[in-house]
Amino acid sequence: MSDLPLIQADRAVPPPAPVTRTGGRGRRLRLLSTTDRVVITLMVLVPLLLVVGLIWLPALATVGLSTTNWDGIGSLDTIEWVGGRNYRDVVNIYPPFVPAVQHNLLWLAVLFLVASPFGMFLAVLLDKELRGSRFYQTALYLPVVLSLALIGFVWQLLYSRDQGLINAVFGSNVDWYGDPGVNIWAVMVASGWRHVGYIMLLYLAGLKGVDPSLREAAAVDGASETKAFFRVIFPVMRPINVIVLVVTVIESLRAFDLVWVVNKGRNGLELISALVTQNVVGEASRIGFGSALATIMLLVSLVFITLYLATVMRENRR
Amino acid sequence: MSTATMTREPDRTATPARRPLRPARVVLHLFLNAVAIGWLFPILWAVLTSLRSYDYTAKNGYVSLGGWTLDNYVTAWRTAEFGKHFLNSVYITVPAVLLTLFLASCVAFVIARFTWKFNIILLGLFTAANLLPQQALLIPLFRLFTQVPLPAFMSDSELLYDSYWGLILINVAFQCGFCVFVLSNYMKALPRELYEAAMVDGASIWRQYWQVTMPLCRPALAALATLEVTWIYNEFFWATVLMRTGDKFPVTSSLNNLRGEFFTDNNLVSAGSVLVAIPTLVIFFVLQRHFVRGLTLGASKG
Repeated sequence: MSDLPLIQADRAVPPPAPVTRTGGRGRRLRLLSTTDRVVITLMVLVPLLLVVGLIWLPALATVGLSTTNWDGIGSLDTIEWVGGRNYRDVVNIYPPFVPAVQHNLLWLAVLFLVASPFGMFLAVLLDKELRGSRFYQTALYLPVVLSLALIGFVWQLLYSRDQGLINAVFGSNVDWYGDPGVNIWAVMVASGWRHVGYIMLLYLAGLKGVDPSLREAAAVDGASETKAFFRVIFPVMRPINVIVLVVTVIESLRAFDLVWVVNKGRNGLELISALVTQNVVGEASRIGFGSALATIMLLVSLVFITLYLATVMRENRR
Repeated sequence: MSTATMTREPDRTATPARRPLRPARVVLHLFLNAVAIGWLFPILWAVLTSLRSYDYTAKNGYVSLGGWTLDNYVTAWRTAEFGKHFLNSVYITVPAVLLTLFLASCVAFVIARFTWKFNIILLGLFTAANLLPQQALLIPLFRLFTQVPLPAFMSDSELLYDSYWGLILINVAFQCGFCVFVLSNYMKALPRELYEAAMVDGASIWRQYWQVTMPLCRPALAALATLEVTWIYNEFFWATVLMRTGDKFPVTSSLNNLRGEFFTDNNLVSAGSVLVAIPTLVIFFVLQRHFVRGLTLGASKG
C-alpha cells in the first residue's frame, strides 16, 4: 500500500512516503471512491446531527435562555436580555434553592464517602478466591438493573408509615418518605443501595486488571494486605478511581427519579434537577429562571465530564 | 481497553479453592452472607408482600405469615393496565436500541477505521453527551418538541411532543455516546490486516463496515444491547416530561400515575413493582454475563 487515502488509514498502516504529494490525486481518489466518501460522511453526519441537534444545541440554548426573561409562551421576539438577574434571583429570592444545593451536596457526600467506599470494600473482598462469590456478586448488583423510579416503590414497602415494615418492626410511627426531617436520608439509603452494586462491579473489573506480580511483590516485601492495597493496588487503579468519582458526581447531580416518584421533589426532597423540572412543566413556567438553575447543573457536570474525558482518552491512547 | 479482558471470562469462581476454612474465612463468609441477604431483602420483601391478601395483612400486620394469594397481580394488571404500558415500552425500547446500536456503530467504525484529526473531538462530543444531566436540556427541548409537527398517522398529538417518535429520538441521542465510546474502543482492537485484505478484494467502505467489522463486534453489541434495553426500559425522566397522554406512557413512567390508584394498598404496590421489575430481572438472570461486561466495558481498560 503506497497511497494515502483521503482520510488517512490508521497507524498500523505504515505512514506513506511523501510520494503522495506529488504522486497524483487520481490514485488517491481511487482508493476511496466517491461513494465511499459519501458513505463515510453519512455514517458520521447523521448521528452527529442527532446528538448536536438534540443535546448540544439545547444545552447551549439553556445557557442563552438563562440570561433572558422569556416566559416560554410568547414568540421568540419578545425575549429580553436581563443579564445575570435570573442568577441573582435564584440565589436570593428562591427559597428552595439553598436546600436543593444542600441536598445535592449531601447526596454526593453520602454516595462518595459511604456507598462508593463500601462498594470498593466489597469488591476487594469478592476479588479473593471465594466459594459462592458468584452468589454474593449477583445479590449485590441485582438492584443495578432496577430503575430508580421502581426502587422508590420497592422501598415504600419498608418506609410507609402505616404499612411499612420498619415501623411495624420497631413500633415507630415515622413517615419516612413524608417527614421533611428524615425523607432525604430515606431516599439516599435507597439510592445508595443501588450505587454500591454498581461501584462494586466497576472495581471488581478494575481489580481483575491489576497485574498480579504487583501483589506478589508487595507480599514479598512483607506489606500487610491492607497496606498493599492502599499503597500499591489503589494507586494503579487510578483510571477506575477517576471514573468512579465522575460516575458518583454525575449520579448525585442527576438524582431525580427517586424524589420525583416520592413527592415531585418538595417538602424536604428538593434537588436542583427537580426544581428545573418544576419550573418548566409545573404550573408556573419560568423559563429564564429554570434555565439559570439548569445552567448551574450544566457547568458543574462539564467540569467532571472533562475530567472523565481526559482520563479515558489518555487511557485509550496508551 | 484490550479485547483480552472482554473475551476472557475469569473462572476463578468456577473452581473454588479447596483448602480448609480458616476462622478469618468463616467471618468473611458470614459478613458477605449478611450483606448479600440484606441487599436482596427489599426485593424479596416486595415479592412476599405481593403474594398476600390485603385483608390478611391489614388484620395481622405485615410481620406475619399467611393470606397467600395471587389476586394482587390480577388486580394490579387490570387497574394499572399493564398490558398496554408494557406494549408502549416495547414500541419505544426496541426501535431505540436498534437505532442506537446502528448509528453508534457507524460513528465508531469511522473513528476506529480512519485517523482523522477530528476523531478525538467527535468521540468527546458523543461521550460527553451521554453524561450531561438531562434536566439541563429540558427547557429548549420541551419547546422544540412542542413546535415540531408530525403527520397525524405518525402521532395523534401531531407533534414530536407526546409521541413515541420523540421519545425514541431523544433516547437514541442520549445513549449513542456511551455506545460510540465502547464500540470504537472495541473496533480499534481489531486487527487492521482485515481492512487491507478487504480493500485488496475491492470491498467498499460500507461492506467493510457491515461484513467485516460488525460480525466481529457481536460480543460488544450483545453486551451493549442488553444494557441499552435495560436503560431505555428504565428511562423515567424523558417520558415523564415529554409525554402527556396517560395511555401512551411506557411502564416505568406510568408507575407515577399508579401512585394515586394504589396509594392505600401496599400489597398492590408491591405486585405492580414486581410486574415492572420482571423484564429487567429476566434480562439480568438470562444475560447476566452480557450485562456485567457491558457495564465494565465502558469503564475499565483492563
